[in-house]
Amino acid sequence: MIGERLYRDVRLGVKTLLLHKMRSILTMMGMVFGVGAVIAMLAVGEGASKKALDEIRRLGSQNIIINSQQAVENSGQNSQRIRMNIYGLLYDDLERIQQSFDTVVRAVPAKLIRSEGRVNSRSHELRLVGTTPQWFDLVQREILAGRQLLDRDVEQNANVVVLTEHGARKLLAGQTPVGSQVLIKQGYFKVVGVIKSESTQSGTMQTPDQNIDAYIPLNVAIERFGDITTIRGNGSRSRELVELHQLIVEVDDREHVESTAASIERMLSMFHPKGDYRMSVPLALLRQAESTQRTFNIVLGSIAGISLLIGGIGIMNIMLASVTERTREIGIRRAIGAQRKQIIGQFLIETVVLSMTGGLIGIGIGLLIPWIITMVADMPTVVTPWSVMLSVVISVGIGIIFGMYPAMRAANLDPIEALRHE
Amino acid sequence: MSLDLSQQSNNDTVISLEQVWKTYRMGDQDVHALAGVDLEIKRGSFWAISGSSGSGKSTMLNLLGCLDRPTSGVYRLEGQDIAKTSDDELSDLRLSYLGFIFQNFNLIQQLTVQENIELPLFYQGVDASEAAKKSKALAERVGLADRMGHRPTELSGGQQQRVAIARALMNDPSVLLADEPTGNLDTATGDSIMEILTELHDQGKTIIMVTHEPEIAAHAQHELVMRDGKIASITQNTPVIGATS
Ligand SMILES: Nc1ncnc2c1ncn2[C@@H]1O[C@H](COP(=O)(O)OP(=O)(O)OP(=O)(O)O)[C@@H](O)[C@H]1O
Ligand SMILES: [Mg+2]
Repeated sequence: MIGERLYRDVRLGVKTLLLHKMRSILTMMGMVFGVGAVIAMLAVGEGASKKALDEIRRLGSQNIIINSQQAVENSGQNSQRIRMNIYGLLYDDLERIQQSFDTVVRAVPAKLIRSEGRVNSRSHELRLVGTTPQWFDLVQREILAGRQLLDRDVEQNANVVVLTEHGARKLLAGQTPVGSQVLIKQGYFKVVGVIKSESTQSGTMQTPDQNIDAYIPLNVAIERFGDITTIRGNGSRSRELVELHQLIVEVDDREHVESTAASIERMLSMFHPKGDYRMSVPLALLRQAESTQRTFNIVLGSIAGISLLIGGIGIMNIMLASVTERTREIGIRRAIGAQRKQIIGQFLIETVVLSMTGGLIGIGIGLLIPWIITMVADMPTVVTPWSVMLSVVISVGIGIIFGMYPAMRAANLDPIEALRHE
Repeated sequence: MSLDLSQQSNNDTVISLEQVWKTYRMGDQDVHALAGVDLEIKRGSFWAISGSSGSGKSTMLNLLGCLDRPTSGVYRLEGQDIAKTSDDELSDLRLSYLGFIFQNFNLIQQLTVQENIELPLFYQGVDASEAAKKSKALAERVGLADRMGHRPTELSGGQQQRVAIARALMNDPSVLLADEPTGNLDTATGDSIMEILTELHDQGKTIIMVTHEPEIAAHAQHELVMRDGKIASITQNTPVIGATS
């Protein structure tokens, strides 16, 4: 019964709106573009933020990354006499971090070495990392062939090397990597495995395995390469002494990351008064990205709100004109016996039909635009179901809110006056 | 329907007015559109109200039609005192007891003939199939059965007024109220409309009609003349066309 009534009311509303097709379409446009813009912008924003957040997560949201960095005054002082720069993280720092903090699960050292690597007659400049097997637990990458570094490699001081897929391609293009021998600094290293590598850059941070060709055990690296590196450049030669280039500290819980970072910072600053290191916390970036996203959403929400408001006002404007135009019709209906609330219902149904149809077309456009953006600009977009649901609710809400005033105006007309209206 | 029908005092009286005043305030001056009207209208009677312009005919008809309430005095429709009714109850009274026929037909343009005729039942909440049956019967009665799907603009004035009559009959009203029903029609067409009204009267309908044309007023049993918001005279007509009462 109620269903039938509603069906009849809606049918009448649609019929009335179809009498002025062009006007109805133009009136709907505000809603169409308002809702379309909301969904499209949210999809683009969501896509961008998801991409950023994914990148940061890949850096490890539970990690603290500490890099060695040449202190500015240091280089100036020493350059005249011995041209030897001594800076950066120490083996002792690794010990201290591992020993002093309960919240630290592991601290993984990295010693960066540039050296020539030779297979058969081909030789390549390699970026090697001397590290411990724990590296592979922390920077979890897929093993493509063979195995990662193991504790027994460390114990045995074994000349073994794990290549990244990038390094493997460079050195051993076309050959089966595992089991090959690579000549590095007058020593033969046996390739025991190949792992995947990822490169992601987020601001000043990058994944630890960015541009790395191979991994060897840290103790082997120290033994063979020592701590001194000679750098040739600009016709001059300089030497530097760096024990460790990087420490990656994994914390047991996200909640502890920031406090642990602060404690480590305090400790390091005691041993490194010159500040020859730099700490970065991906989680902080994540937080920053999240807050940027929040701000973005607020701005977006405001823009969407304004455009929907304009859409709503457009609808109200047309409905007011329609009430004036149809004054006599209202009078006739009232004379026949329609109650005020039935007149309100009639006009409200018309506005809701308008705004909801506009909203639904808007959703169509809102789904289409992100798809086109992804196709054309190769930008990630994510249409969230809640943004679509929100749009439906909002468009119906707009219809009711902005339709209410014209409908009340219609219902409050004096039937006698309304019947006299030309 | 929230109205109490047990109040019906005299089943022969449809409408009774006792000292009804309708006063409009224009600036600092009171205009008495109705100034103490007493009237009783029996079931099945046919009334014509005439009078000069501004004498209060339309005010009277609006009041009888429950589109307005008197400033003072008592108006009983089917025994109900409408002074105490709310706006919604007035709507319900119109829906249940009254049918309107207007000078300018007042059909709704975006609705078809059938939909216009069925409008009262739409507001009564009668289901569609029953309404369709009834509207078809009434359309036949006014000779428009073949125009049910047409729009009012596609009909002649006389045809539009027939649709309006069918619509007014749709709720089986106690009283048909007609304001200058032939005012917008040529004489021949006007006569055909009057024929329908006379026929309805013969079938027992109560009809109150405002007109300033003596020939039209002559169709009624009672001719009421208004002057300055008062009833100046009531004349009983000798039946002209096949009257039964
Ligand atoms: N809404 C109103 N506000 C103020 N005065 C009104 C109103 N309606 C009617 N009047 C006054 O009441 C008096 C009666 O008006 P009414 O419309 O009933 O006359 P009428 O007999 O129908 O005239 P006509 O033949 O010209 O239609 C007039 O003096 C008119 O000016
Ligand atoms: Mg009048």
